[in-house]
Amino acid sequence: MSILGHRVLRKEDIKFLTVGGTYVDDVDLPGAAWLAYVRSPLAHARIAGIDVTRARQAPGVVDAVTAQDVGLAPSRMDADEIPEVMARPFLATGTVRFVGEPVVAVVANSLAEAVDACELVEVDYDPLVPVVDPSMALDDDVLLFPEAGTNVVTSIGEPNVEGVGEGSLFDGCEVVVRQRILNQRVAPCPLEVRASAATFGPDGRLTFYVSSQTPFTMREDLAKMLGVDEDRVRVIAPDVGGGFGAKIEPYPDELLVAWLARRLSRPVRWTETRSESMLGIGHGRGQVQYVTIGGSRDGKVAAYYLEVVQDSGAYPQIGALLPDLTKTMLTGTYDIPKAGFFSRSVVTNTTPLTAYRGAGRPEATAAIERSMDLFAAEIGMDPADVRRANLIGADRFPFTTVIGTQYDIGDYQGALDLLLEVSGYKELREEQAGRRRSAAPSQLGLGMSVYVEITNADEGTEFSSVEIRPDGKAVVKTGTSAHGQGHATAWSMVVAEKLGLSVDDVEFVQSDTDIVKSGIGTFGSRSLQSGGVATRRAATRVLEMAKDLAADMLETAPEDVVADPAGGGLQVAGVPSARKSWAELSGAATERGAPLLAEVDYEFQGATYPFGAHLAVVEVDTETGKVVLRRMVAVDDAGRILNPLLADGQIHGGLAQGVAQALLEEFRYDEDGNPLTTNLADYTFVSAAELPSFECARMETPTPKNELGAKGIGESGTIGSTPAVHNAVVDALAHLGVRHIDMPTTPERVWRAITAAAP
Amino acid sequence: MIPARFDYRRAGSVGEAVALLSEFPGAKLLAGGHSLLPLMRLRLAVPSLLIDIGPVSGLSYVRDEGDHLSVGALTRHRDLELSEVVRREAPVLSYAAGQVGDPQVRHRGTIGGSLAHGDPASDLPAVVLALDGTLVAEGPAGPREIPATDFFCGFLETAIGPDEVLTEVRLPKARGGWSFQKFNRRAQDWATVGVVAVAGDGRGTGPFRVALVNMGLTPLRAAAVEEAAAGGAGPAEAASRAAEGTEPPSDLNATAEFRRHLASVLVRRALEEAMAGERTVA
Repeated sequence: MSILGHRVLRKEDIKFLTVGGTYVDDVDLPGAAWLAYVRSPLAHARIAGIDVTRARQAPGVVDAVTAQDVGLAPSRMDADEIPEVMARPFLATGTVRFVGEPVVAVVANSLAEAVDACELVEVDYDPLVPVVDPSMALDDDVLLFPEAGTNVVTSIGEPNVEGVGEGSLFDGCEVVVRQRILNQRVAPCPLEVRASAATFGPDGRLTFYVSSQTPFTMREDLAKMLGVDEDRVRVIAPDVGGGFGAKIEPYPDELLVAWLARRLSRPVRWTETRSESMLGIGHGRGQVQYVTIGGSRDGKVAAYYLEVVQDSGAYPQIGALLPDLTKTMLTGTYDIPKAGFFSRSVVTNTTPLTAYRGAGRPEATAAIERSMDLFAAEIGMDPADVRRANLIGADRFPFTTVIGTQYDIGDYQGALDLLLEVSGYKELREEQAGRRRSAAPSQLGLGMSVYVEITNADEGTEFSSVEIRPDGKAVVKTGTSAHGQGHATAWSMVVAEKLGLSVDDVEFVQSDTDIVKSGIGTFGSRSLQSGGVATRRAATRVLEMAKDLAADMLETAPEDVVADPAGGGLQVAGVPSARKSWAELSGAATERGAPLLAEVDYEFQGATYPFGAHLAVVEVDTETGKVVLRRMVAVDDAGRILNPLLADGQIHGGLAQGVAQALLEEFRYDEDGNPLTTNLADYTFVSAAELPSFECARMETPTPKNELGAKGIGESGTIGSTPAVHNAVVDALAHLGVRHIDMPTTPERVWRAITAAAP
Repeated sequence: MIPARFDYRRAGSVGEAVALLSEFPGAKLLAGGHSLLPLMRLRLAVPSLLIDIGPVSGLSYVRDEGDHLSVGALTRHRDLELSEVVRREAPVLSYAAGQVGDPQVRHRGTIGGSLAHGDPASDLPAVVLALDGTLVAEGPAGPREIPATDFFCGFLETAIGPDEVLTEVRLPKARGGWSFQKFNRRAQDWATVGVVAVAGDGRGTGPFRVALVNMGLTPLRAAAVEEAAAGGAGPAEAASRAAEGTEPPSDLNATAEFRRHLASVLVRRALEEAMAGERTVA
């Protein structure tokens, strides 16, 4: 019986639950100096002068450097869409463009001395008018980069200038509904903040420890910054305490640690504080959306248009490019005959936007799923029935949407049916009707979303190698870079299953660019279907090599050699005595100069499209506006599941973050661009106390795109849950005349919506 | 997240703490540390000296003194929550103590620290106010009593002198109807608005005392509500006067306007619950 598909416990957890992990801040670096940054207190200002004299004279201070001292060319995302003049400098140069932007780097013998010395740096700012609201940025009244001539970074598509009348997309629609929807800016809040540490060996090679999802990208950027070849740089991501997409892109303040270590000929380390992290690590979402949906009164949707203003923050990073993924997933699980999309990404005097769990797809799902509910409310149909009338049938895959996205495989109707059944939807609607009749202050709301998303969206490869060690155990080295997901267990299962070993007999290695040959990293729910498949292929290749070898040693044909059913080696089929252990095979292979090692660069066959259906049940106190999530039911289909325990972990975490966006979390600025939510108390970070026990039901529709049948599961929870909860809150108040409330649906917003709707 | 430089001394007795306070004007007392230390980490508080009164023995207790309870200033929230005496004689205090912050805060934070910090958003100051408590502060001239109604002078400002240590809280027994309505967005948060209501005669029905959390610069008594209730008004009528005399803040959780609305809803619910009579803490 195969181990795949079973709830194998996480082998990495013994360490985390006993002695704890080793994070960058735990790495022992004797003699290291500490770095702290002086950060901009203003959203937009010209730097008139910087005086580091007093800081340099402070006790324990080793160095204090400004942009002028650094003299490095700005780092720019490698994307044609992003104008060169908007590239981000390593330290603010001439102008500061967001609160929290690093201005001066101070290095001292201790962290306390570095922090104290930062207070002695004098920066003279001439305030400029800040641009905070992305919609206002479009006016170009104030430019962040005057050389660019506009605040618009990039745009996609064309505006729907025809409106909803004759000759437009919506020509012929009986009903057209329009709504402005805010998909608010959120902070990713990994529990481990950003950190890096740099040391140069006697050979002049750099070893760089960093909390990252992409060590190989980091190596590339470090080499570029230092002007050296990549083989002069070793990057190690030790245990990483969460990333959620915000640790994909290397940040200037973490890279500069290496530059300072070289300048000072001394190890340098840096760990940001939580308050710094709230401003320094990229933010997510940040879209202003305008939806138009039209169709007939029988529930059939005929046309859909989405216009997006994407907040990119002060310097364009991945965030500026997210609308491309929003467009890709525009029409969701529905067969909509006509659709249009227009987006503009703008710079504002705020923290730069980056990828955050879902990255462009949750925004698409939120828009279409809110639109389906708005449409259903307008024509007076149950939202489940409207969805059913428009879902793409299971018999139509591969399916190409009107926008040109080709979905691999799916059964959206099946997911919705299962959801309605396991949640007891009919009974819940009856309970809701009863509450409405009683006019009790606590009203019930039901909200759903039937989502599809794209995982492993980029083209390319991922690396894995499998080797049999002299002691007969296997070692897998992979280019993906797990930071909580459980890859040590999953990859070990893949190898163990192929080679007839136990999971504990597989050593797992990742995130060290000297030990792993190459790699891309972990993001976009890509890992199992890229690195996992590469691992399987490498293990398969090793097995073939071993069979050839064993056949030769046992004087039989390779096709007669099989795995020893008792484990630990190979044998001639039906002849248990004719057997070679893995240790023997490894030794023989090495002797013959052909070690049992296979290296695979797996080129994947395009993206996969996980899907599912989520239902949220909320209770809303109509007197205080407080929303309590009573139930969260999730049906998720990520293809064949390798380890349900790990998949559940991904779904649960995703649900929590998705619920948080709907109910609690929003990164806020005042009109001057001052951040208001700079700690986990003010940001109202979700906790277990705000969440019910999740109810998960699984479907498995294997993808034809890879031999594991696996799609990604890392982001589904976040993508499906946010609109489900959001819809539920509005649904609870629909009978009071409430049509829409922006997220997060705070008590005050709910109360104001009820008050405004009252006759 | 690193405090500015400060010195640290341990005080073995109240007298020693008072002497140190007199000697070092920039000093602050450290008890549970759950209000002071976060402020220091953000460098919003920069005391030159911390006087740790944790080692002072005999300041953590609950005593039944006949008509009232005496509570030592170093008694932790969790001990108040679990105390059989408090649950029997002042159930509202036990219940409210169980609503403070999160488990870590409740196991470290002290009633004295919470009162001396004087945060209008904290739960226990309003409870002590509604219970008509008396606070005991000890300075160079010995102990003195301060009625709770005179204790909270301004935002984070109390009647404790710079060289005084809060040592005890005396609370009239309140076995009658009670309610604590805490409204917040997350379980661990400070109250956006909170309301304490207790039957004033200590037994049951008598005049109701009502105090408000986070509706002004200090914890407040809702005098207009108390007056209306004493005059025979029902909960809804009395609650319509909840915001009278308040100056609620506007912040990330709520505007002043919304707080006034919440106060009226919560006062009504608190009065309804308190007027329903005696009840044990669940």
